[in-house]
Amino acid sequence: MSAKTADRIATAVIVAVSGLIVILLAGLLGYILFRGLPNISFHFLTSGPQTIKAGGGIGPQLFNSLFLLVLTLIITIPVGLGAGIYMSQYAKPGRVTDSIRLIVEVLSSFPSIVVGLFGLLVIVNIFGLGFSLFSGALALTVFNLPLMVRITEQAMNGVAREQKEASLALGLSRWKTITSVMLPIAMPAIVTGTILAAGRVFGEAAALLFTAGMSSPRLDFTNWNPLSPFSPLNPFRPAETLAVHIWKINSEGLAPDATQIAAGASAVLIIMVLIFNFSARWFGRYLHRKFTATK
Amino acid sequence: MEQPAVNDQPRVHQRTTRTIAKPHVMEEWVGKVFTTLCVTVLVVTIAAIVYFVASHGLATFITDGVSLSGLLSGLKWDPEGDIPLYGALPFIFGSFSTSLLAAIIAAPLGVCAAVFMTQIMPGLGKRVLQPVIELLAGIPSVVFGFVGLSIVVPFLRSVFPGQGIGIAAGAIVLSFMILPTITTIATDALSNLQRGLKEGSFALGATRWQTIYRIVIPTTLPSLLTGVVLGMSRAFGEALAVQMVIGNAPHIPHSLFESASTLTSVITLDMGNTITGSTHNNALWSLALILLAMTFIFVFIVRFLERRNNR
Amino acid sequence: MRKALFIVVALMLTIGLAACGSNKDNNGGNANSGTENTGNASTGGNANAGGNANAGGETVSGQVLAAGSTALQPLVEQVSKKFMEDAKYSGVTVQVQGGGSGTGLTQVQGGQVNIGNSDIFAEEKFVDADADKAKELVDHQVAVVAMAAVVNKSVTVDNLTKQQLVDIFTGKVKNWKEVGGQDEKITIINRPSSSGTRKTFEKYALGTKSEDVAGSIQEDASGTVKKYVTDTPGAIGYLALSYLDDTVKTVKYEGVEPKEENIVTGDYPIWAYEHMYTKGEPDAATKAFLDYMVSDEVQKSDVTELGYIPVGNMKVKRDAAGAIVK
Repeated sequence: MSAKTADRIATAVIVAVSGLIVILLAGLLGYILFRGLPNISFHFLTSGPQTIKAGGGIGPQLFNSLFLLVLTLIITIPVGLGAGIYMSQYAKPGRVTDSIRLIVEVLSSFPSIVVGLFGLLVIVNIFGLGFSLFSGALALTVFNLPLMVRITEQAMNGVAREQKEASLALGLSRWKTITSVMLPIAMPAIVTGTILAAGRVFGEAAALLFTAGMSSPRLDFTNWNPLSPFSPLNPFRPAETLAVHIWKINSEGLAPDATQIAAGASAVLIIMVLIFNFSARWFGRYLHRKFTATK
Repeated sequence: MEQPAVNDQPRVHQRTTRTIAKPHVMEEWVGKVFTTLCVTVLVVTIAAIVYFVASHGLATFITDGVSLSGLLSGLKWDPEGDIPLYGALPFIFGSFSTSLLAAIIAAPLGVCAAVFMTQIMPGLGKRVLQPVIELLAGIPSVVFGFVGLSIVVPFLRSVFPGQGIGIAAGAIVLSFMILPTITTIATDALSNLQRGLKEGSFALGATRWQTIYRIVIPTTLPSLLTGVVLGMSRAFGEALAVQMVIGNAPHIPHSLFESASTLTSVITLDMGNTITGSTHNNALWSLALILLAMTFIFVFIVRFLERRNNR
Repeated sequence: MRKALFIVVALMLTIGLAACGSNKDNNGGNANSGTENTGNASTGGNANAGGNANAGGETVSGQVLAAGSTALQPLVEQVSKKFMEDAKYSGVTVQVQGGGSGTGLTQVQGGQVNIGNSDIFAEEKFVDADADKAKELVDHQVAVVAMAAVVNKSVTVDNLTKQQLVDIFTGKVKNWKEVGGQDEKITIINRPSSSGTRKTFEKYALGTKSEDVAGSIQEDASGTVKKYVTDTPGAIGYLALSYLDDTVKTVKYEGVEPKEENIVTGDYPIWAYEHMYTKGEPDAATKAFLDYMVSDEVQKSDVTELGYIPVGNMKVKRDAAGAIVK
């Protein structure tokens, strides 16, 4: 067999495999959407779930998922940015830095069920935060933080050395250089990474079963006082997210239309992740244009 | 952020001669303290988890008198029996075989996709394949379990002998979940390859396949393996999706299509039903400790591979 | 300003996480809640619903947190919704969480929740060294759940004796033709060994422990069990009556149909109580909810609608050891 033939065959195989991946994923998405979309309606997206009757919705769950995501990001973004900056700018290469990096890796590949139980016994019980959105956000932080650190570190390392040195040469302090020169340049990569990581938070269930809880109290969507226990904005109320809801109705659902609700909720979840993906791409490109065109 | 600096302006002017460096130093100090604190949070978090899992997991051996070797090599898991038995080998076996098989399925696919994106059609790869794979990373594990239960299990049942559940079903579901990890890392490695190497190879008259096969893959092998190991470690820790399709019988199966268990699946099934502090519950924490130890081992393998790569 | 906030958040986390290393025994209301917004303490801390002293007053108010059995969760959740809609109880908030019977019992015993939902008697969970802990808990039986053996629709058998079930679930009988059915391999869909549902089934249907037969499937969740029984040819499993419908085939036990009239007389023995445990006597709000739970209003509607049997209908009673008490 001549080298040319081998080349052609190999190329064909690789193209075929890549095509296969696209087809498989398209099939997967198609399956989920095909089964789920007919169940989605305005009523489904806005009304509360039903235990035994048909016609339940996922309104509160959808809201909880988004709110929990926001809470998690409020905690992880500052801490993750700080730790990432430390790792890329302040840490001296050596044993300590190496072991911190090791810790980050370990933290990110932690089994989510173990984090959930850790959350139950430490955050829920010992801290006394109870089953609440805040407990859930803290548990999710454990997953999200390492991702944020890695994203920030990589983005900061990607900033051209000349730019950093020029800024330092102009007499700016190191911190000022980081916040005013390097961070804006690294921002598009950080934002894209953050949004993609957010998609994973959105779909997490195992860690939340034991922390944010499996049911929501009655919510009064006209009450926006974050201190009231019925307010949707209260971070110390228990909350069932969309992924947990899917898990729950698949396992113990008694409503006659449980399968349809699970299918519909899965489709909604996938659509949300799709939106995250596209917005990450679009926003990253937008920021990139903005930061590079004006300068 | 600028607010205090502006307010300080007049004062600083008055004392220019004496303390010109002061806001500068303050700023540096704040930055350093803040970032150090963030890293501390990170370190404390992991230390707390490790301490916590270890304290529960080791109680099995210390207070409940289960022997470590018995746990690691015992074949029978019967914690509610008249004589409780804690043999976790079937779970360890299940976890290893499922994640290994998942890696075997996903690695060639991932590497092919990476080669496609970097060497063959970068334009199309970036526009179609990469978004598709990133999307795969975002699909929640609950949905994967649901799809596995409705598609993979019935499919395997109709094609192979057995009930469709088992290591094969678990590995197929997992391979989808770890494909993005493997592909992303492989793509990074391939696109970071020095251009000279590849161009030199082309200049010598090598075909594209020869270049990929003889030059590109061997040079990036450690990075590719890193991706595979990270993927395996993610597969090792996955719980909900696997639990739904693997069958969960506490035995070492005779075939890929017979009910088996993994460490995570048994933890998921039993943890909520047991009383905190009971031997059964502590034994589950011991399994979590094994998972944790495995995560460390995977990370060490990755770092070892990376070091070889840097050399 | 933002910087300061970041530092506060970071500090809070650090202190909080550091604390968990040292004060493991520090439960419930602890030093840490001071770091959080104290205005939220009533929602954050679960155990402080008892703070409402006006037990005898006209209106009860407070927080009730129930956690535990996922099988019981739909019922409690349904009732809690109705309870909170009732104007009489407008001051009470009820939250229902899952987590499993073991979690529920541990949490109520530790004082983190007001009610621990369980599928089985606390005495069966707290054994050996923990046996004393069960004594602190007060049992409130709120419903009776009956279970039935279910098979895939391909199976022609419609009655199984106790011995046949034992043979199947211990792996002695591997083909349906050995128990009078067609020639098809039996696939067992069991529950994990810690499951309360499995304990009930073993105790009252089999009278012995079942084996984790090689090749059997184990799932904890009724929905998943039902899906496997529906989809797998030759499958047998067991489900609570609430989950039965025409996708699976229900088999008779010793010739007795799993119907309410047979269960209340004790002729059909595979049933158990659903328990809601409190630690000591419940406080006003919790008591109001538990009373509501066993009121006719609930027992005659929601309990029966969800496929449970009202406790009051039972003509026989059982104790923790499983002995029938008249």
